[in-house]
Amino acid sequence: MTPGLLSVLIFFPACGVLALLPLRSDDHTWIRRLALTISLIEFGFSLWLLRNARIGWSGYQFQEFATWIHYPPINYHLGVDGISLFLVLLTTLLTPISILASWSSISHRVKEFFIMLLLLEVGVVGVFLSLDLFLFFLFWEVMLIPMAFLIGIWGHERRVYAAVKFVLYTMAGSILMLVGIIWLYNSTGTFDLAGFHYGKFDVAGVQELLQAGVLSLSPRTEMLLFLSFFLAFAIKVPLFPLHTWLPDAHVEAPTAGSVMLAGVLLKMGTYGMLRFCLPLFPEAAHRAAPWVAALAIVGIIYGALVAMVQPNLKKLVAYSSVSHLGFVVLGIFAFNNISIQGAVYQMLAHGISTGALFLLVGMLYDRRHTFEMSEFGGLAMPMPKLAAFFLFVALSSLGLPILNGFVGEYLILLGTYQVHWTWAAWAATGVILSACYLLWAYQRVFFGEITHDKNRTLPDISSRERGILIAMAVITLWMGIGSAYIIRRTAGSSQAVLDQMTRPQMHEAATPKLRTPQDATPRTAQRTQLAAERLGTR
Amino acid sequence: MIPRPEDFYRVLPETVWCLFGVLAMVLQPMVRSRHVLSALAFAGALLGTLATFLSAAHSGPAFNGLIQFDGYSLFFHWLIGIIACMSVLVAAPYLDREGLEPAEFYALLLFATAGMGVLASAQELLTGFIGLEMSSISSYILAGYRRDSLKSSESAMKYFLLGSFATAFFLYGIALVYGATGTTNLALMSATDSSSTLLRLGLSLILIGLGFKVAAAPFQIWTPDVYEGAPTPVTALFSAGPKAAAFALLLRIFATVHAASDFWFWAFWLLAILTMFAGNLGALVQTNVKRLLAYSSIAHAGYILVAFAAVTFMRSEIDGAGPAYAAILFYLASYALVKIGAFAIVSELGGKGEKNLSLDDYAGLSQRQPVIAATLTLFLLSLLGLPITAGFFGKLYIFKAAVNSHLIWLAVLMAVNSVIGAYYYLRLIVVMYMREPSPEALQLAPVRFSVGVNVVLVIAILGTLYLGLFPNSILQMILQRSLIGGGRFQ
Repeated sequence: MTPGLLSVLIFFPACGVLALLPLRSDDHTWIRRLALTISLIEFGFSLWLLRNARIGWSGYQFQEFATWIHYPPINYHLGVDGISLFLVLLTTLLTPISILASWSSISHRVKEFFIMLLLLEVGVVGVFLSLDLFLFFLFWEVMLIPMAFLIGIWGHERRVYAAVKFVLYTMAGSILMLVGIIWLYNSTGTFDLAGFHYGKFDVAGVQELLQAGVLSLSPRTEMLLFLSFFLAFAIKVPLFPLHTWLPDAHVEAPTAGSVMLAGVLLKMGTYGMLRFCLPLFPEAAHRAAPWVAALAIVGIIYGALVAMVQPNLKKLVAYSSVSHLGFVVLGIFAFNNISIQGAVYQMLAHGISTGALFLLVGMLYDRRHTFEMSEFGGLAMPMPKLAAFFLFVALSSLGLPILNGFVGEYLILLGTYQVHWTWAAWAATGVILSACYLLWAYQRVFFGEITHDKNRTLPDISSRERGILIAMAVITLWMGIGSAYIIRRTAGSSQAVLDQMTRPQMHEAATPKLRTPQDATPRTAQRTQLAAERLGTR
Repeated sequence: MIPRPEDFYRVLPETVWCLFGVLAMVLQPMVRSRHVLSALAFAGALLGTLATFLSAAHSGPAFNGLIQFDGYSLFFHWLIGIIACMSVLVAAPYLDREGLEPAEFYALLLFATAGMGVLASAQELLTGFIGLEMSSISSYILAGYRRDSLKSSESAMKYFLLGSFATAFFLYGIALVYGATGTTNLALMSATDSSSTLLRLGLSLILIGLGFKVAAAPFQIWTPDVYEGAPTPVTALFSAGPKAAAFALLLRIFATVHAASDFWFWAFWLLAILTMFAGNLGALVQTNVKRLLAYSSIAHAGYILVAFAAVTFMRSEIDGAGPAYAAILFYLASYALVKIGAFAIVSELGGKGEKNLSLDDYAGLSQRQPVIAATLTLFLLSLLGLPITAGFFGKLYIFKAAVNSHLIWLAVLMAVNSVIGAYYYLRLIVVMYMREPSPEALQLAPVRFSVGVNVVLVIAILGTLYLGLFPNSILQMILQRSLIGGGRFQ
């Protein structure tokens, strides 16, 4: 165990920002190099975290605790479990990738750009590592501003509109969440999520109080609290019909912004559902599940259909996110060990493959300064390597076996099928539709005749771009065949989410229709393990 | 009865402020140097603030219960004193630039401050009235201090007419309350029968009078025009000082008079909602930074009224309104700090004749003056209520107070308002960071900020961050000190 590692993970990029500040703002080379170094060291720290994390441990590890504010009692409580571990890893991986991707495409106010990117990393890592509801909210809000600046300063034509829309949507949700957090504090007397009983500290956690039945919320209160949290997360995911900020934000954001947005920011929503909505308000979650699942399925199909008719390549990728994240939400609200593991896996896989798609779209934009597919066509001729990478990533995104997208979608569908086969059946159409829109878009962009003369002489990928793409491709492939490595580490925590949903009174009144966590026996976990290993060896 | 010596200790801050105000006027014909007068005014404001320590050492009622110097008035005296010091520092370069007479200005500013001090420690409605008049009359003149500007004169006229109308309401309310209870002393009043209609009527007239001072809707109509027309340092003072003082009296009336809690609760509930929406919706369409900040101060009065609703609700329900009181005081402190800082920047950037006040003038400020743009952004984020700023904890404590009193809907409406508020604060940030400056603006040399204004900004920045990171210290002070009337929240 390494003491203080989590704090280092959160605040190292902030220190990096301080190191960047004294640099001269026209010294672009050194700013870029320093920012890259900082983000790579940060990635190194997260690898160190991965190496030291205990496998098969379902609780929080590396916990750090300090009292911060006495009234109301807000504590600095950090911890990591199997789910947040990989999300942190994903964040710290995508940050250097984003920095590399903006190496030459950002030439205006360079210093501020990298500062914002690193501050964003601080906020996102903080969100994933906080175990205090209040601290969580704090990082959740802090992360907003750098992202809004990334979109608003370095974005495309309608950037200001997109930035403001992004902030207002997120704020609307998060302020209601704040009311919910305070309400929860009023009923429980603590902001702490998991509780901390070690040494001189003895702080009760909301989760353990609720689970032990020390206090119970009335159904109405529980539902309202659930909604106040859920709405904030649903906007972030984004769940249909709250998704309208996403296409704007994505299309207007610079490449690095899109990568971070799709790669990690959207995951904050699904992470929040797993971490807060389910364990804290299980009965409300059960009652809401059919509605949430319906919205998720509508999102899957709607996102895919809209993506299919998009003339704008970046918007297509944005809508594909709506579709893919629908799968994640569906997996979470199936309350099944396999589907939740699938959801976690899909979160990571989507981060990698959609991140890579945005990188590729950004590279096309750097060359042609447009996202319109009608401007492209036949690009495989001048740019065979880029076309090959694009195909690889598109295939992973649409869920081709042995690539990463398959594992998550398969596990989600498998788990959901065991609970509600109709949900799985509807969701499965999304898999087919994603093949339609991605392959069709690929065909229109890369195959056929070259219709614009400008396209004949486009340069193929540079060595820097090749480096980024190879890294992403290797991870894609590894996640497709070596999924057992990740699943072994997330399985315990996914099961823990289900275990935390048990309540004393539910033991007696468990209806067979609701699939209560008792059903998620070790046997189910074993089955998942087997399924994962089978996938790995295929 | 002959006043005792300690009675004078208890009004020492006001005495110092008034003395220095008179001194400034007397010295005016003899002293030609603006710096000397500014230094004198600053010394007066500061000494008055420091005099609170002496008053605190001799705290208690004074002049037969006309005045009550307790922990509560100590807090407000500090707040008002610091506001006065900062206003003097902001005003010095402004008066220089506009070529206005400094002596009268400082005298009026100090008299207004003394009036606010009286308001904060008034234990008696008539004392409150005197404090109100002292601060108001000085304020009317200050608002019209740029005599040659049409807007400034309009501002003073409007403020005077509507203000005296509101004062009349206040006075009439006092008369009715006296008729109902036979006393104007708050402590004695609390012992009387609380169900009389006359008392309720009187209290609601008082509420209208004070509601005008704190710019609560529907008595807020004057605010944008007055704030826009008044000289910017005066606007800085208006947005923080009189508001804090009027809220202090309002809160003291509730902490002491038990009468008709339910009735007051609904009044505050309604006022809070109206004020929040009036302020935030009004601010959405503003293109003048001063007007925008004026509407934002209306909105903030609405947030504070939410805490008032929580206090009054608590009174009729259970004990434990302490946190709600603390929320009000904390909010006022954090808000005053930020507002003065923001207006200091607006004042300096306004330039000679207050020409550069529209949003367009702020376009691309981040490239022309990055440090100032970042500072203003910090203040705006605090007004918006984003974490690690003072405004965040202010809002949090009010949320908590509202939820504590089961006013979930009020909390939700406040949340909705915070989001509306986010839009216009962000708009200013967006203009500063994301819009390119006009070519003429780029030609201009960056505005140089005087030392005094820089000091104000540094205090405001440090205060905002300190309260945003470690709200403990001040909150403990508010919660632990025996505040109103010696008892701990009674």
